[in-house]
Amino acid sequence: MRHSVPFLCFRALAAFFAVFVPCVVFALMGYLLWRGLPVMGKELLFGHAAPLDAILGRTPVWDGLWPACVGTFWLVILTMLLAIVPGVGCGVFLAEMATPRQKRLLGAAVDMLAGMPSIVMGLFGFMLILLLRHTVLPDANTGLLLAAGCLALLVLPVLAASTREALAAVPDSLRLAAAASGLSRVQTMAHLCLPAAARGMLGGVVLAVGRAAEDTAVILFTGVVANAGLPAGLLGKFEALSFDIYYISSQYQDQQELLRGFGAAALLLGISCALLVLARVLEHGFRRKWQGKA
Amino acid sequence: MGNGILHAAASSRSGRGWVFLLRVSVLMAMGGMALLFLMIVAFALPVFVQGEGGGPFTWSWAPGQGHFGILPMVAGSLAMGATAVAPGWLMGLCLCAWLLSPEKAGRPGVARTLVGGLVRVMTAIPTVVYGFAAVFLLAPSIRMGLGGSGFSWLTASLMLSVLILPTVVLVLQAGLAPRLEAVALAGAAMGMSRMELLWYVVLPSARAPLLSSAVLGFGRAVGDTMLPLMLAGNAPVMPDSLLSSLRTLTAHMALVTSNEVGGAAYDSLFMAGLVLIVVNAAVSLAIRRMGERA
Repeated sequence: MRHSVPFLCFRALAAFFAVFVPCVVFALMGYLLWRGLPVMGKELLFGHAAPLDAILGRTPVWDGLWPACVGTFWLVILTMLLAIVPGVGCGVFLAEMATPRQKRLLGAAVDMLAGMPSIVMGLFGFMLILLLRHTVLPDANTGLLLAAGCLALLVLPVLAASTREALAAVPDSLRLAAAASGLSRVQTMAHLCLPAAARGMLGGVVLAVGRAAEDTAVILFTGVVANAGLPAGLLGKFEALSFDIYYISSQYQDQQELLRGFGAAALLLGISCALLVLARVLEHGFRRKWQGKA
Repeated sequence: MGNGILHAAASSRSGRGWVFLLRVSVLMAMGGMALLFLMIVAFALPVFVQGEGGGPFTWSWAPGQGHFGILPMVAGSLAMGATAVAPGWLMGLCLCAWLLSPEKAGRPGVARTLVGGLVRVMTAIPTVVYGFAAVFLLAPSIRMGLGGSGFSWLTASLMLSVLILPTVVLVLQAGLAPRLEAVALAGAAMGMSRMELLWYVVLPSARAPLLSSAVLGFGRAVGDTMLPLMLAGNAPVMPDSLLSSLRTLTAHMALVTSNEVGGAAYDSLFMAGLVLIVVNAAVSLAIRRMGERA
């Protein structure tokens, strides 16, 4: 077969990008790790404070990432508390109970929310505070709970989509057998399908955790600050790893602070990748169990 | 027997509980979404109605002199989206073709498994981490190699094209792989390699996945905040070359909330939010339409 020139170009380009893209990613991430890994350690997290005192909150940490880690941790926990019930509920409803019409409408809404830029959720939280200030609460301010609420909107479509997929992957034979033994649809769902899909759903939750931990644009609008120390409470300002990375990249004063930025970036990269791998492992095991393939 | 009836009664009561819980969670999710859209529209509409000089639909942003035009940012966002999608989509298409065409049919091989895994890992890399790496690696190289400050349209759109790459690859893969499998046997009988099949048979008949991957990539590029904010230089004027600075809507929103304290500047913020929502709703509707036709 004689080939046309465009095909030959395409084949050459495909081979080229197959090498080029991994090289770019490895160059960027390798550079971060090369600068960031050497500073990993107690110093990076706690600066000059004694670790035990810092963990117990007895001494403030001014030159370490500990407050940012704690801030991100609470942010993620609160986000998941707020998002799991509506997100997973939406997914289960879409997969098990919705009529075709509901499926189309709710599915479109979830898709649209999934495509929304995260900064729109941040703007929403910001508007909410402006509205509260002008109406019932003159001294309302942005803080941890608001940020978690907006992040919950951000991860909701992730949860809904992965729950729906996990339930769709449960084989129909299970449902048929349940119907044949006289179980109602709801009983089948509650006692058979949900436990069967649990691992796949957990994978989705882990993905959502990663999404909440990495996002910067939402919290930029809803109360993150550079030097808050440990979060003061549900309504207090907080620090977060992702924001610290951004802040250091634009405002760093000295070499040591810059290195802390590299450390933070390497740390966040590690956390995100670990969460992704965990989610994949859960999902992989789940699919192999029910479909006999990955 | 009696035991069984008791059990059924109990679970039908719990069945009603399940249905109630699901409905409540769907209502919560829909309520959150509705509130988000309503709020942004309600805040942005009065700005439409006022329509005085120096309002958001002008070409000059100078808060000191009472000019609050966001049109340069709207144009900037669209331009940035376009210049990010062009290389990102091309790289994604080539990479996807390479991933789908192993030498031994049906066996991906080590290299393809690894690169495919890398693409999945790329979905988890936080944008702020990309931004941080690019600030210290890509921006200086562009400054030294091509001149300018290094923080430019080009820098940000290159990083954005890397950011949207996994989205493009995964969407294309989901769309092209089944089409390729459908013709694989016939193609093998004719002695065509998988790459030839892709180029001569699959791609010409696969308008929907090709387009929807580009549209989705565009949506992600327009919606991203951190990369333009960290890399594009953020001058609120139209750029005159790829090496000059540019401000996108998303970066504009982040800058306005951190620098201004209210009034007409906030009006432009709400307007920017509305524009972003409209662009992304259009993107997600377009993808839905294409999905239905395919």
